[in-house]
Amino acid sequence: MSAARDAILARLRQAIGRTGEEQAKAVETVRARLDNPRPNLVPAHTRLDREGRVALFCEKALAVSAEVERLARLTDAPAAVSAFLRRHDLPQKMVMAPEPMLDLAEWEQQPLLRVRRGTAAPDDAVGLTVAVAGIAETGTLMLASSREQPTLLAFLPETVIALLQAEDIDGAYEDSWQRLREGLGRPPRSVNLVTGPSRTGDVGQKIELGAHGPRRLLVLVVEEAFGEAGDAPR
Amino acid sequence: MQPTSHAFKQNAHEALENPVLQEALGGIRTGWQAARGRAAGALPEFEQLRDTGRDIKNHVLAHLDLYLEAFTAKVEEAGGKVHWARDAAEARTIVLELCREADARTVTKSKSMIAEEIGLNPWLEANDVKPVETDLGEYIIQLAGQPPSHLVGPAVHMTKDEVSDLFHKHHGGERLEEGGALVGEARRVLRQRYLEADVGITGANFLVAETGSIITVTNEGNAELTQGLPRTHICIASIEKIVPTMEDAFTLLRLLARSATGQEFSAYTTVMTGPKREEDLDGPREFHLVLLDNGRSKMVGSAFQEMLRCIRCGACMNHCPVYLAAGGHAYGWVYVGPMGSVLTPQFVGIEEAHPLPNASTFCGRCEEVCPVRIPLPKLMRHWREEQFNRQLNPPAARYGLALWGFVARRPRLYRLATGMAVGAMRLLGGRQGRMRRLPLAGGWTGTRDMPAPQGPTFMQAWKKRRGAGS
Repeated sequence: MSAARDAILARLRQAIGRTGEEQAKAVETVRARLDNPRPNLVPAHTRLDREGRVALFCEKALAVSAEVERLARLTDAPAAVSAFLRRHDLPQKMVMAPEPMLDLAEWEQQPLLRVRRGTAAPDDAVGLTVAVAGIAETGTLMLASSREQPTLLAFLPETVIALLQAEDIDGAYEDSWQRLREGLGRPPRSVNLVTGPSRTGDVGQKIELGAHGPRRLLVLVVEEAFGEAGDAPR
Repeated sequence: MQPTSHAFKQNAHEALENPVLQEALGGIRTGWQAARGRAAGALPEFEQLRDTGRDIKNHVLAHLDLYLEAFTAKVEEAGGKVHWARDAAEARTIVLELCREADARTVTKSKSMIAEEIGLNPWLEANDVKPVETDLGEYIIQLAGQPPSHLVGPAVHMTKDEVSDLFHKHHGGERLEEGGALVGEARRVLRQRYLEADVGITGANFLVAETGSIITVTNEGNAELTQGLPRTHICIASIEKIVPTMEDAFTLLRLLARSATGQEFSAYTTVMTGPKREEDLDGPREFHLVLLDNGRSKMVGSAFQEMLRCIRCGACMNHCPVYLAAGGHAYGWVYVGPMGSVLTPQFVGIEEAHPLPNASTFCGRCEEVCPVRIPLPKLMRHWREEQFNRQLNPPAARYGLALWGFVARRPRLYRLATGMAVGAMRLLGGRQGRMRRLPLAGGWTGTRDMPAPQGPTFMQAWKKRRGAGS
């Protein structure tokens, strides 16, 4: 309805009431701000070296009821996942992002673990995906939708496992978003910033986990970059 | 919804007599209020961030026309459709048409105050589209047939016991008592609704001009399932939700959760840009954005412009002594607490909402905690002036004020009158020095005694001191 659009914009212009000169300046101000996005004040405690960022990320993620495990290399993931499922009395079965990099983990090491690739279906109990970044500030994962990384994997299953390279852990939200911006230009359809498992305080003001999204969240922080493992197929 | 703001006084009286409600409200003080204090204290830059947040919002409001044009162009570039709505009726019509185009029988909804503002649910129901709220708090009040009583926790006025009864009545089966079991049952029931829904409707916490993205913030993950499962996603948002860049959004996000629930960050902050891309494995095929004005463009440039900075965190109500005693329903419309006392008159008229700007002790805590530094008491005072000018307050109050004004502007008369009043009150106070009843102040003395003034008036004492000094 462009009549509504015109009416709303006309009323705003009238209320703001710029002169011709001011109008040109305002257009320039807005263009400059949108073309060169710059961070505002970023909290100082997020300015850390790599080990500091990894440590803060783990501390913050644990504080919001995520489970965190640090692994030396990607090929340690299958054993860690299998043990985690056993610990929680869950079947050795999961749906995993069709991300080719995940093949390098050598899932066949765990012959009892059944893995399906794709996005999550309503009856999938466990989903595994890859985070494109971790944000130390609040122990937050950044997931970005793509052909290889469907969004529902992190929301439909009751248990979600996310793999994260230690080198992808940034200090602040702005750092991760800038990397995404440089890598992709336009953001993907969905970017999910995930901080701990799903929760609600809507029943009697008491926090309960697993409201709609996952009840459990396991983050596997992998020290060695994916694909650097010596004998892994590429 | 039909407002009952005119009956605030009666509503508040009933709330004070309701022990279950008082118990629930007490939880806010020890819960969110205390948590906000801890979270704000733990971030050294918090006060500076509030200044930055205020400045971002002011900048946007000064350039709102330009940012709206930039934002909507980006939404369309990403494959979304933008629908502008001047008022509530226009917005409702647009949403219904979109639902009909999608052949929708049921729609899932994640929490949206704009949907409450435009009365979307009753409208959809009347037109054979079944809306299902998925935020657990909204789901609870939908079952109970009530409006929200809080911005962040719409069912905060209900205790766990009341939720047990409600679920038992609507879901059947065994009456569950444990919080985790109740949440689990809602999860199971609503999971099915997500899968059946033809359309998902969400609100937005922020609209990002740089990318044409919408940002939703939840703790439950319900926004993601609402927009991620059905074929069509409709987002309804008001025009002042714009921020220039993602960096600006992050600044405000650092303030939002800390101010609302005292969390450092909510569990899910999602940035959505357009519909499903061709190569994506999931996501909605269609993305529609309904941009609502509903009187906001008239607030720009007015005495109430600063209210448009509001990011709907609820800190003002969590810290308001009036809200914490009367609860949200007493305010009689969608927006409650101090922010509601400023906004509600805008939407339903000051004639209907005249008690609200007066439902404040002007203690100033709302302004003290507002993440974007909205001067809420000042804005309520504007409404009081408006009310006085339009002669909306009761005659006794108006004449009383006029009489006081007449006397106060005549110093000699004022001194004489206060001198006499002090003498009279001292007499009334008797030996105990306090009065159990005062004419015209029954409301005040109903719950406490009025202490009688001791000694002379200030002016008498001052005169005496000056006399002694010279």
